Amino acid sequence: MKTILDSEQIEKTLATLAKEIASSATGADDLAIIGVRSRGEILAQRLARYVSDQLSHPVLCGTLDITLYRDDLNSPHSEGQPEVRTTEIGFNVDDKTVILVDDVLYTGRSTRAALDALIDLGRPKAIRLAVLVERAGREFPIQADYTGLKAQVEPGQSVHVKLVESDGRNEVVVE
Amino acid sequence: MNRILDIVERHTHHGSRRRHNNTMAIMRKSKQFKWQHKHLIGLRDLTTEEITYILDTAKGFEQISKRSVKKAPPLRGKVVVNLFFEDSTRTRNSFALAANRLSADVIEFTKKSSAVSKGETLLDTARNLEAMGIDIVVIRHSAAGAPMFLSKNIKACVVNAGDGFCEHPTQALLDVYTIRQMRGSLEGLKIAIVGDIAHSRVARSDMWAMTKLGAEVTLVGPPTLMPADADRLPVNISYSLDEVIEKVDVINMLRIQFERMGGNPFPSIREYSRYFGLTLDRMKRAKSDIIVMHPGPINRGLEMESEVADGPNSVILQQVTNGLAVRMAVLFLVNQAAAQTPA
Repeated sequence: MKTILDSEQIEKTLATLAKEIASSATGADDLAIIGVRSRGEILAQRLARYVSDQLSHPVLCGTLDITLYRDDLNSPHSEGQPEVRTTEIGFNVDDKTVILVDDVLYTGRSTRAALDALIDLGRPKAIRLAVLVERAGREFPIQADYTGLKAQVEPGQSVHVKLVESDGRNEVVVE
Repeated sequence: MNRILDIVERHTHHGSRRRHNNTMAIMRKSKQFKWQHKHLIGLRDLTTEEITYILDTAKGFEQISKRSVKKAPPLRGKVVVNLFFEDSTRTRNSFALAANRLSADVIEFTKKSSAVSKGETLLDTARNLEAMGIDIVVIRHSAAGAPMFLSKNIKACVVNAGDGFCEHPTQALLDVYTIRQMRGSLEGLKIAIVGDIAHSRVARSDMWAMTKLGAEVTLVGPPTLMPADADRLPVNISYSLDEVIEKVDVINMLRIQFERMGGNPFPSIREYSRYFGLTLDRMKRAKSDIIVMHPGPINRGLEMESEVADGPNSVILQQVTNGLAVRMAVLFLVNQAAAQTPA
């Protein structure tokens, strides 16, 4: 197991991502930051705070549950059953620039699911993808617009993002 | 625990109390519960954890009905059959809409318009439907045990939409879901189920669900409408609504099922409603925040006065709305269990 980002580096990375997002934003009012459950939710909340600081204006933040949109629902799952949770987006996504936030971009399958889930909620002006870590292994034609760290990871290894809210500590490890 | 909440608080810029609770719920549930039942026959045999899991899952389906595209794809390509051997509007439509909102195709089957009227047996009917490639059967039947029988003889998932005087699990699930929505939990609540208990599968399923979730249930009605096994059930029995009305947090008024009654279980309708009807007068003696429920359809003026049914304590229409979310969750979960165990 190797730590590729420690707590301090995660915060720095998020702050950098926030700067990039803020600088390409046309305004705080049409920006919405939406995290994919469950790690993406926490990252989105932290990111929203940084972006709000950058723009000196609060930005909208929400949480998307993509379980119902997964493409493996009807195949046997080796690692546990997918659990349906709530989507909590208390605003209209129509005409917003949505920054979709996830922890790791790998196959691209959950991003595909998130895109479909979002589109069922309305018609955003644009959807951009922000991830803390990306690694090789894409199975869909999907790429991130904002990437925190490009990790060199061997096939067969996995990247785990651990956050204090859900895991008791902040770090990103490869194992 | 407080420490974690503080941290969540610090990191939640636009967070509400609700979102904190949600994060906590995710953490609590992280021990990976697995739903294993490809049939939902009754609540009697489900554990508290399983019932809670259905209710938690239903929460995720609630918002589908509130948005502009009222559809999600998890049952795409699946076929649900509504196999109703008894009349029903609400439950049948609710299941059909739930299945539609999950993108399943729905076949409606009613006794009158089918080969059953030509003498076909239940099993033959089900096997013929199965030969067309169906995935989930939602069945209502006048014989207690029909859903169980079906589940043992066909490969498709079976969901009980009411069997005889036995169970009506999704109605009870939506009842406890509604109470949980109002009060957060059923733990310690006092609940009265009033009326025609003997002919009510709703009362039975309610009783199992409510007691498993920690409520204290009292069945109220005339002795002639109490089930024969009442003394063996985990509930209190009362023959007087006036005795219990002041004490309860929730009151579920059952419909008098004239169509199921032989003989005369009570002298007159007026006398019944005088003793067991939920009137405005009785409401004045109830707790001010009492939750008033009814599984529908209501006999207005009989079990309940109109002013009460439409009053501020009534959650009757909320029950109908929640029924959709609960049924979506049930259809989703049985299908998930089936996906886990390929034939």
